Amino acid sequence: MRDVSIIGIGQIEVGEHWDVSLRDLGARALLAALADAGIDRPDALYVGNMLSGTLGSQEQLATLIADWSGLRGIEALKVEAACASGAAALRVGVMAVAGGIHEIVAVLGVEKMTDLDGEEATAALMTAADAEYEGIHGTSFISLNALLMRRYMEDMGVPQEAFAGFPINAHANAANNPNAMFRQPITRDTYSRAPMIADPINLFDSAPICDGAAAVILCPTERAREFSSRPVRIAASAVATDSVALHDRREPLFLLAVQASALKAYRQAGIGPEEIDLFELHDAFSIIAALSLEACGFAPRGEGTRLAADGQIGPRGRLPICTMGGLKARGHPVGATGIYQVVEATLQLRGLAGANQVPGARWAMTQNIGGVGGTAITHILEGQG
Amino acid sequence: MRLAPHWRVRAQRLQLRGEVCQCCGERLFPPRDVCPACHQPADKPFAFCGEGTVYSFSTVYEAPKGYERFAPYTIALVRLKEGPLVTAQLTDIDPSDVRIGLPVEMVTRVLREEGEDGMVIYGYKFRPVLEREAAREEARA
Repeated sequence: MRDVSIIGIGQIEVGEHWDVSLRDLGARALLAALADAGIDRPDALYVGNMLSGTLGSQEQLATLIADWSGLRGIEALKVEAACASGAAALRVGVMAVAGGIHEIVAVLGVEKMTDLDGEEATAALMTAADAEYEGIHGTSFISLNALLMRRYMEDMGVPQEAFAGFPINAHANAANNPNAMFRQPITRDTYSRAPMIADPINLFDSAPICDGAAAVILCPTERAREFSSRPVRIAASAVATDSVALHDRREPLFLLAVQASALKAYRQAGIGPEEIDLFELHDAFSIIAALSLEACGFAPRGEGTRLAADGQIGPRGRLPICTMGGLKARGHPVGATGIYQVVEATLQLRGLAGANQVPGARWAMTQNIGGVGGTAITHILEGQG
Repeated sequence: MRLAPHWRVRAQRLQLRGEVCQCCGERLFPPRDVCPACHQPADKPFAFCGEGTVYSFSTVYEAPKGYERFAPYTIALVRLKEGPLVTAQLTDIDPSDVRIGLPVEMVTRVLREEGEDGMVIYGYKFRPVLEREAAREEARA
């Protein structure tokens, strides 16, 4: 297997892009990444996207975006794994380059969620869950996460205020990210006064519905310096799965797929959690941030919120997370999120993260989760100085 | 109109019919061809008694399309007496009275209606175990 590196990145500001179509969002991020790498025509394009069929009545999305980016003719495929579609596309790109199938591969994550009203988007997001046994009962994706959060609070004796540290950190970091959706800091008071959207999940425990696109360009590490003075090596790429339905798990409060993908990734990279300098985790909901920290070995069970409460997750803390705003405040355009995480980690490892720069960052972990932990995809990136 | 998907699960939705694995004894709901516990084929029908307790719950205010008419409603994970968890709505109870551990029983109710000329889809919901509460009160009196 060949070692794979990132030689170019591109991203569009996350937000409500009423004036930009899905294809144009994708093409713009893709062209920005190709320009960053100095590449005209990659060998292949893999597109992570969850909802183009459901919300946009559009499939063959990768083919469409290849054409609209001036790349008509190349290999182009869409990859889907619900909210983990972005990282899933990266996984396919890594396999293509590592396996010697392609030299230069472009990976794009793109999502357009604001073309329809909120009820349609809410119903569409529910396709990440088990349609016949969860969706039919009127369950919303938020309420599935609320089920987890309520039981967690009861079993672990954790009050709701304990989760405030996650959105406070996310918003503080997003304030310094020009591509973030919400750039205003929030306080503990803002959090405690926020309206409930699915008790016990309040407005600040949940990532927003939005549009976005981000892209990375890959090549074999041995050729990376031809294209970039600061390439970033992909030291690990690992996927694991669990049941799609929450009710099919023996212990819903432990995310087994998240743990399995992290353990595989640590093994591939040859490092442990103590060596990770920053962690772009999947904070679609505050409860998932806490459960991810526990499943990945950063906190004992029931203590995921304590890292946040103790101020250890800021850019200068012991374990910086969501360093550019995370899903909560940068925004969560679902199929694009996994690539935003990798773009941001690459900025950190290139030393270009501005006010949120993690000093001396060498190892960055990104983790993208599909559904309520049904698919977990972990990448570990290493800076090359 | 989606007819077959609802028709083929009628025994599950209306009778809470699942399966028991003949190899390891695991009770399965919903039924599936391979037992997730021991990975052997599962094919023996098993009717659940319909009683259980609330494992967790959340009230939905912003309903997905097709469920707006029912909002607000409470979604729960119910731990069935025989073991499995199921996702279902709670009914016949004020959302503020729901708590973890509440004993509940299965009832058949409308899950959704697909417009004026569409189908009415029935299935299981869970309500507090009323009869026994009443009996207990009587015993106390």
